[in-house]
Amino acid sequence: MLIYEISSEGRSATAQYEACELENSELPTAQLRVSPIGLPAVSELQVVRHYTGLSKKNFSIDGEFYPLGSCTMKYNPRGALAGAHMPGFLARHPLAPENVSQGYLSCLYDLQEYLKDVTGMRAVSLTPMAGAQGEFAGVAMIRAYHDKAGDSERTEILIPNAAHGTNPATAVMCGYTVREVPVTKEGDVDVDALKAAVGPQTAGLMMTNPSTCGVFERKIQEIAEIVHDAGGLLYYDGANLNAILGKVKPGDMGFDVMHMNLHKTFATPHGGGGPGAGPVGVGKRLEPFVPTPIVGKRSTNGEDEYYWMSDKDIPDTIGNLSAFMGNAGILLRAFAYARLLGNQGMHRVGEYATLNANYMATKMAAAGFKLAYPNRRATHEFVVSMSQEAKELNVNAMDFAKRLLDYGYHAPTTYFPLLVPEALLIEPTETESKEELDGFIEAMTQILQEAKETPELVRSAPITTPVKRLDDVKAARELNLAWKAAD
Amino acid sequence: MSEYPGELKYAESHEWARVEDDGTVTVGISDHAQDSLGDVVYVELPEIGTDVSAKGEAGVVESVKAASDVYAPISGKIISVNETLEDAPETVNDSPYKQGWFFRLQPTDLTELESMLDANAYQALCDSEEH
Repeated sequence: MLIYEISSEGRSATAQYEACELENSELPTAQLRVSPIGLPAVSELQVVRHYTGLSKKNFSIDGEFYPLGSCTMKYNPRGALAGAHMPGFLARHPLAPENVSQGYLSCLYDLQEYLKDVTGMRAVSLTPMAGAQGEFAGVAMIRAYHDKAGDSERTEILIPNAAHGTNPATAVMCGYTVREVPVTKEGDVDVDALKAAVGPQTAGLMMTNPSTCGVFERKIQEIAEIVHDAGGLLYYDGANLNAILGKVKPGDMGFDVMHMNLHKTFATPHGGGGPGAGPVGVGKRLEPFVPTPIVGKRSTNGEDEYYWMSDKDIPDTIGNLSAFMGNAGILLRAFAYARLLGNQGMHRVGEYATLNANYMATKMAAAGFKLAYPNRRATHEFVVSMSQEAKELNVNAMDFAKRLLDYGYHAPTTYFPLLVPEALLIEPTETESKEELDGFIEAMTQILQEAKETPELVRSAPITTPVKRLDDVKAARELNLAWKAAD
Repeated sequence: MSEYPGELKYAESHEWARVEDDGTVTVGISDHAQDSLGDVVYVELPEIGTDVSAKGEAGVVESVKAASDVYAPISGKIISVNETLEDAPETVNDSPYKQGWFFRLQPTDLTELESMLDANAYQALCDSEEH
């Protein structure tokens, strides 16, 4: 039901409408609207019921376990939101001068420092407004580095075939061609293939570590050496940073540049399309190219003073990526979250995320599910292949995913990574209790039993949700998102 | 079970190639490939007249599960494309080796076909990928 469908002519809700006199005298008459705008005519109570009803139909982290692999759907404490919502932050004008913004600037400065510390990077710029923009900034810096060195023959970015689709998209956006590097059956980058692929044309390598296979790249130091020896740089995709937070630093692994998805790892509910925050961290080689503005600190008359650093301070910067300081509200939440965790808490994020994933992987293997990488320790997530069930029972990964909704669980990521047939990528995160994990495993076990006894039930799932099985083929082939009133 | 016609050559990236009587080469994706992808919802074909190189990108096939590049198995010039796939991408699922072909090319060097897999070797590759 769309809100337009409950519209009734003449109805309105003005209780929260701020009365004001509009002076349109400066607008040319020809530009003034003469026809009605076509908004739904509904009462306030109708609006409240309509949207509350929709929200109840939704799966969300507030209501259900949400083990969507590679998305890190962790619980984000309300306290972080409360901190970011302090009136001084909310009311601050983005153009407010530095001398009345010291509190705000000090938070951003400290966040830069925390992120540097936890990633082993030399500088952090908070401005990229999403993971994709962070990736773009990172590869743009790689490009700036080679350009500055007059090294214009480097035209290729290497990307393991386990990568997220955003990596090749980023490389192409920055004018590079992409060369894929295969991954072995154990989920590691094929080092021999990498050796054969690097050369004077190599601008860099983009890697996610742990990879989307849910395993840690064991030969990362060797890989870093191979790429560096060829004159290329290493880009770290922070998509799976949650797995190693506080335990391993990308800087120590040899990475020159990385982005962090604060909306995943640092306390922002996400999944609805934003806003995100994708700060970039850089090592020594790329420090001169970091995007502006970043927050600097200097001592004036013995007092700390925070200030915006611009291209005057960083002449080789790749420039600004947004009008102001990225998605400031998300950055403040991340700052509050980091403060809530503290040093010890930050270490426990990676520990518990990994413990939860390995607990689930072990129990699911015991319950008869096939792990895609049974010889490897899982990181913060793990991959189950449902190819046996698909072949023998004609019940596939998507059927299991849909049936989970009936059990009150959000489905894991399906059919990704592409390397694993009938993949379910499961990421419990560190914020779930053992009881919740056990409940999910129990549900999967029951669905497996159903798949053997009443496969049709699983194939027709979900049956308890407001919307039943969607015809995703029809949706893709005949995409139609426009609503039109009946004449 | 997927089919692997014996008269075709196969690429490790799951394209097939067939030499026509006039010396041109028709290319499509294998039965195993369409089966792994699931319902195909979109196909992007190369432009007629473009030069493609062996293992170079020559199109895109997208299903509800994934989007994959389609590679030219050998080098040559694109001389025709299967436009029916634009309106009826499901043809790739229904008939991967006949009505579901992607494009035809004028090969630069037909001997490049020799480095492709025969049906038995390709089937062995597909079987190993499932484990």
